[in-house]
Amino acid sequence: MEIQVNGESRTIEPMSLLELLGTLDIKPTRVAVERNRDIVPKREYETTLLAGGDIIEIVQFVGGG
Amino acid sequence: MATDKLIIGGREFNSRLMVGTGKYASFEQMVQAIELSGAEIVTVAVRRVNISDRNKESLLDHLDLKKYTLLPNTAGCYTADDAVRTCRLAREAGLSDFVKLEVLADEKTLFPDNEELLKAAAILIKEGFTVLPYTTDDPVVCRKLEQLGCAAVMPLGAPIGSGLGIRNPYNMRIILETVKVPVIVDAGVGTASDAAIAMELGCDGVLMNTGIAGAKDPLAMAEAMNLAVRAGRLAYRAGRIPRKLYATASSPLDGVIE
Repeated sequence: MEIQVNGESRTIEPMSLLELLGTLDIKPTRVAVERNRDIVPKREYETTLLAGGDIIEIVQFVGGG
Repeated sequence: MATDKLIIGGREFNSRLMVGTGKYASFEQMVQAIELSGAEIVTVAVRRVNISDRNKESLLDHLDLKKYTLLPNTAGCYTADDAVRTCRLAREAGLSDFVKLEVLADEKTLFPDNEELLKAAAILIKEGFTVLPYTTDDPVVCRKLEQLGCAAVMPLGAPIGSGLGIRNPYNMRIILETVKVPVIVDAGVGTASDAAIAMELGCDGVLMNTGIAGAKDPLAMAEAMNLAVRAGRLAYRAGRIPRKLYATASSPLDGVIE
């Protein structure tokens, strides 16, 4: 199925949000994730199953003033 | 003198200097500069993770979160909606409700859009955020932000990154008389004397990024800003002498040889 992650289309096997972060080599503790504009709390990463057409945004802190 | 803590949103800080984490040549330089600045509150931005290049180091790998309070900003947001969305993400990423709220009007001036700012502040305060808004040096807007429940107000001294210093010290004084929450000068500080002037006016703190990171020697400037903020604060508390047009002799007039 196809989903969008940070503006890029990706074809993935059915998986949870936690697994997606794993395949992207992203530490769950250091980011925040939106799924279709709703924030997914960290404790729900494992139980959140991705669906085709999902729009995922993964953000982190970077240098800024 | 009695202890002189800065209290924002119920949290106590010893340092009155807040610094940004942008524009440094390296993470090492950033860490050293923050250390030398003495700051306890550091601002960060919220951005998409680069998913195609995962080799990039993360900012949080370099910051000791036991030592520093993160203040995520909403830089780059031009509407209240975008700013609120960014704050919600920041809270989830950082697990703290402190946010530096900025809603910008245009890229050339980076002046705040106060209408959107007030709208965003009202929503965020309802959602339990501790809101520190970047605003113009307008006492009326600062009063409205305080009435909404902002934990501080952060009027600009001059445009972001301009290094022009405190352009309107008189407005700053009116703001200080208008609001009870801490007044933090945010943006415009170019060198140590600018920071000292802000503190001598009675401001509660100063927030800067480019002034340090953009200096030829950011580490030396970080230390200079640390000293300037402390010196300015001490001078403010000491109470300066009044300005007079003519001289007043410092040495006794009696006993001069004849």
